[in-house]
Amino acid sequence: MVVDELTDEAVDNLFHALADATRRDILRRSVQGEPSVSQLAGAYPMSFAAVQKHVAVLERAGLISKKRRGREQLVRTDRQAVHRAQQALDRLEAAWRGRVDRMSDLLTQVPDPREDKPTKGQDR
Amino acid sequence: MSVTSVEKDVDNLTLTLLADFDAPPARVWQLWADPRQLERWWGPPTHPATVEQHDLTPDGKVTYYMTGPEGEKYHGWWQVNAVNPPSSLEFNDGFADQNGTPIDDMPNSTVQMQLTEHKGGTQMNLRSTFATREQMEKLVSMNMVEGLQEAVGQMDALLAD
Repeated sequence: MVVDELTDEAVDNLFHALADATRRDILRRSVQGEPSVSQLAGAYPMSFAAVQKHVAVLERAGLISKKRRGREQLVRTDRQAVHRAQQALDRLEAAWRGRVDRMSDLLTQVPDPREDKPTKGQDR
Repeated sequence: MSVTSVEKDVDNLTLTLLADFDAPPARVWQLWADPRQLERWWGPPTHPATVEQHDLTPDGKVTYYMTGPEGEKYHGWWQVNAVNPPSSLEFNDGFADQNGTPIDDMPNSTVQMQLTEHKGGTQMNLRSTFATREQMEKLVSMNMVEGLQEAVGQMDALLAD
């Protein structure tokens, strides 16, 4: 989570932005690509203006930024690159630490499960 | 025994981790080579893994999915580049769609794993490198969204009580 680095107002904006299913969906789509506002508008049963409002709420919360390309407005997630790299590696580290712990547990719990198989012909 | 050192290289998007195990390399290798053992450690407790296809040969494939608390499934795959039992394995690890087809623009990383005898046990040297910075950034944003969504979900649950 990145919330602890933010001011109260920013946290309010962030949670307000994420407390709506449509906005969460817009955010998910913006993470996976760079949809234009009109593409997003086509994806929901609501007016272009309503979708634009949702995009504005996400932008205010610092979750996305808009970029103009020709006549289109593209929506993308925007955060500092180095910070992201650090975060990605931190998460990867946490994931692998968890895996190594589980591997260690397995090694002590089950000395070698292959020996449990009756096909090995062992009396157990 | 477990993790003894961790290095994170932000420029090269690489995590290098050393871990010690109280078992011989051949035994530790089984944790990777036996799909039933692999699925007991690959996914976190909240998202246990189920291994479907498991072919640890050069150009072989491993396919799996992790099941979340709500029953949602996240499919993943390994493409094996090099394998040398019981001492080394290199593969690409990525996301797949519901049919198990790799999603190309989703984050993809290369994992290099080596097992060596060390102080009567085994040392595992693991390197994981993100394929591209762009993909890595996507992963962080996705995690951020999921994390915040979880928090919002918990708040919703609290408010509903």
